[in-house]
Amino acid sequence: MSSNTNENPSKFGDYGGQYVPEALMPAIEELDDAFRRYVLENEGGFVDEFRERIRDFGGRPTPLQYAEQLSARYDTDVYLKREDLLHGGAHKLNNALGQVLLAKYMGKERIVAETGAGQHGTATAMAAAHLDMPCVVYMGRRDINRQRPNVFRMRLNGAEVEPVTAGRGTLKEAISEAMRDWATTVENTHYVIGSVVGPHPFPTMVREFQSVISEEARRQMREQAGGLPDSVVACAGGGSNTMGAFAEFVSDEDVSLFAVEAGGSSLEVDEETGVAPNSASLSTGTEGVLHGARTRLLQDGDGQIVESHSISSGLDYAGVGPELAHLVDEGRVTPVTVDDDAALAGFHRLSQEEGIIPALETAHAVAWLEDATSDQLGDSVVVCVSGRGDKDLESVIEETEKRDIENAPDMDVFSASGAGGSE
Amino acid sequence: MSRLDEAFADGPAFVPYLALGDPDLESSLEYVKALERGGADVIELGLAFSEPIAEGPTIQSAVVRSLEGGMTPTKFLDAVEDLDVDVPLVCMTYYNLIYQFGEEAGPRPFVERAAEVGLSGFVVPDLPAEESGPLREACDEFGLDLIFIVAPTTRGERLERLMDQTSGYVYVQARLGVTGAKADVSDQTGESLDRLSEWDVPKAVGFGISSGEQAREVVAAGADGVIVGSALVDIVAEGTSAASRTQSGDVAEGHENGDSTEEVAARLEEKARELKEGALAGAQARTRPERT
Repeated sequence: MSSNTNENPSKFGDYGGQYVPEALMPAIEELDDAFRRYVLENEGGFVDEFRERIRDFGGRPTPLQYAEQLSARYDTDVYLKREDLLHGGAHKLNNALGQVLLAKYMGKERIVAETGAGQHGTATAMAAAHLDMPCVVYMGRRDINRQRPNVFRMRLNGAEVEPVTAGRGTLKEAISEAMRDWATTVENTHYVIGSVVGPHPFPTMVREFQSVISEEARRQMREQAGGLPDSVVACAGGGSNTMGAFAEFVSDEDVSLFAVEAGGSSLEVDEETGVAPNSASLSTGTEGVLHGARTRLLQDGDGQIVESHSISSGLDYAGVGPELAHLVDEGRVTPVTVDDDAALAGFHRLSQEEGIIPALETAHAVAWLEDATSDQLGDSVVVCVSGRGDKDLESVIEETEKRDIENAPDMDVFSASGAGGSE
Repeated sequence: MSRLDEAFADGPAFVPYLALGDPDLESSLEYVKALERGGADVIELGLAFSEPIAEGPTIQSAVVRSLEGGMTPTKFLDAVEDLDVDVPLVCMTYYNLIYQFGEEAGPRPFVERAAEVGLSGFVVPDLPAEESGPLREACDEFGLDLIFIVAPTTRGERLERLMDQTSGYVYVQARLGVTGAKADVSDQTGESLDRLSEWDVPKAVGFGISSGEQAREVVAAGADGVIVGSALVDIVAEGTSAASRTQSGDVAEGHENGDSTEEVAARLEEKARELKEGALAGAQARTRPERT
C-alpha cells in the first residue's frame, strides 16, 4: 500500500521478533502469510476494498489544515493532519478497519481487541459492526472509569467490554488479557492489536494500515505548500499514529521527525513503588521483551515491567513499537517529552486558538511546539492531530481543577460549589 | 543422560509446579519439600514475572503474591542454591527476566548462575523456537535442558523444529488456552501424544490436570509424565487466605506462627501423593494395543 510495499521484516535492527506462547505461533504464521498476500500483494482485491471502505465508511482523506493562529504564535507554518475528523474521531479506524477486514478475508469468526483510552476499542467495535463480526474488547478497570463515553460507544456498536482488574488496570494488563483470550480461541479468532506493538507481523502490519496518514500528508503538503515540511510531530504511546505520520517521510532525510512522549509528572522512576510516573519508553526506557516483541520498555533492573503513568490513558503504556525504537536508535526519529501539566495547557491552547478540541494524546504533540526551537521546527511543520477530545472531557475537567493552568476556562463554573445547584 | 532424563527413566513422572515465594519465601520452600515427600520426580519452580501472559487467574495470583513478597531473580537463584531437595528442579519463567540478569546482555549470565545453584533446566512460555537460539546455546554450554511446550495447534514443520530444540522432556499442552485446573482432561491429549509418537524425549502433559484420576487417564493415554500447577497453587492460595483471615489481613505474620504453613504443606503432600499414585495407576492400566 505504501512505498514500503513488499517489505515485511520480522525485526527492526535487534528489535521486534516473536516472543509469544507456542500455541499462538501457528496463528501468527497464518497472519503473516495473509498480510503478505492480501495487504502487500492485493490478493482478492483486498487493498481496493480497504481503500473503498476507509473512504466511504471512514471519511478519508482527512484534511491537512493550515493553522493560522499557531503559525503566527510559533513563527512557522503549522499544518494539522486532521485524523480527529476520521470516523470515530481518531486515527485508530485505519488500523481497526484494515485488520477486521483482513480477519474476514482469513475466514475468522470473532474479533478480540484491547484498549487503553478506548479509541482503539471504539474503532474496532465500529469496524466489527460495519463488517458484521462479533467483538470482545478488553479494557483496564481504571481506564473504564476514565473513559466512560468510549465504553458506551463500544457497547452501542454491539461489542462486549471485558473489564481487566489485574495490576493497575490499564492498557498493559488489557493487552496481557487479550493475549490470553487469543491463546484460548486462536483457531477462529483474530486479535486486533491496537498499535505498532506485539509480535511480528503486527508492528509492520499496523504501520502499513496507518501509513495512509503520511501518504496523504506528503501529497497534501506538496499540493498546498508546494513542498515537503521541514518537520513532522506526533505523540507516541505505543506509536501507531507516530509511525503512521512518519512512515512515508522516513526516507526524506531533510524532514525531521519528532515523537512526543508522555513525560507524566516526572521522568524519574520511583524505585520503591515500582512506578514510572511517565510513559516515556523511547526517552527513558531500556531494551527488553514485552507482549511479543523486543523493544524499549519501562522496567526495573531485574526486568520486571514497571507501571507507567500519563494523564492520557492512550499514552499510558510501558512499551513502544519496535520500529520506532529502532528509528530512535538510528537517529532518524528524535524522542522528546511533554509533562502532564504542559499537555493540559496544550489541550486548552488548541481548543482556544484553533477551535479544535484534541485528544489528550494529541495535546502532547501540540504542547511540544511551545518547547521546540525554531531550528527544530524549521519553516513548516506537520502536527498529527491523532484524535478528538470528546472522550477526555471528564478527565480534563477533573485534572484542570487540580492545577493552575493559565489558559484554562474559569473552572469554578464546573465545580460542585460553583455550580450553585444542579438544574 | 541428564538429570531430567533420569527422572523419567523409572516409570511415569509427577512434575508439580509452584511459584517460589508464594506467599513468602520460607513457606514456599517448605511447600517444595512437601511436594518431594509426596512423590514429585521433577519440580517446576516459577520465577514471577510481572506480565505472565500464558497463565490463567490461579497462577497470575500466585505471581502477584510472590512479587508482593519481594521475589527477585537473584533471591530466586539464591533460594534454589540453599534448597535441600534431591529431585531435579526446573525454572519456569518469562524471557525478559532471563535476558536482563547480570551485567552482560543476553541469557548467558542467568544460565551460568542457574547451573551454579543446581537448576536442571528451563521452561520459558514466551520463547518459541524461533527466538530461542541464544538461550539454547547458553543451556548447551552449561549443561542445562531447555524444555519446549508443544501446543494443540503445533503441526508440521513447527513440530519438527521443536523436536530438534527440546531436551529433558517436552511439555505437552493438553488444551488451548492458559494454565488452570479443569474438571475434564481434554481429548486433545491423546491426539497430541499421537503426533509426538516418534519423539524419543519424555512427554509430560500439563494444562488442566487437577486430580489423581486425571493423572491416571493422561498416563494411560501414553504420557510419560504429568505436570500439575494450578491445583497445587489453589491449595497455597486457600492456606494464604485462611492465614490472612486469622491474622486480620497480615499474611506474612500468619505464616510466621508456623501452623498454617505446616497445614498447607501437609495438604500439598497429600495432593502430590494422590497425583503420583494416579500416574502410577495409569502406567499399570496402560492397555493400549500394540500398533501394527
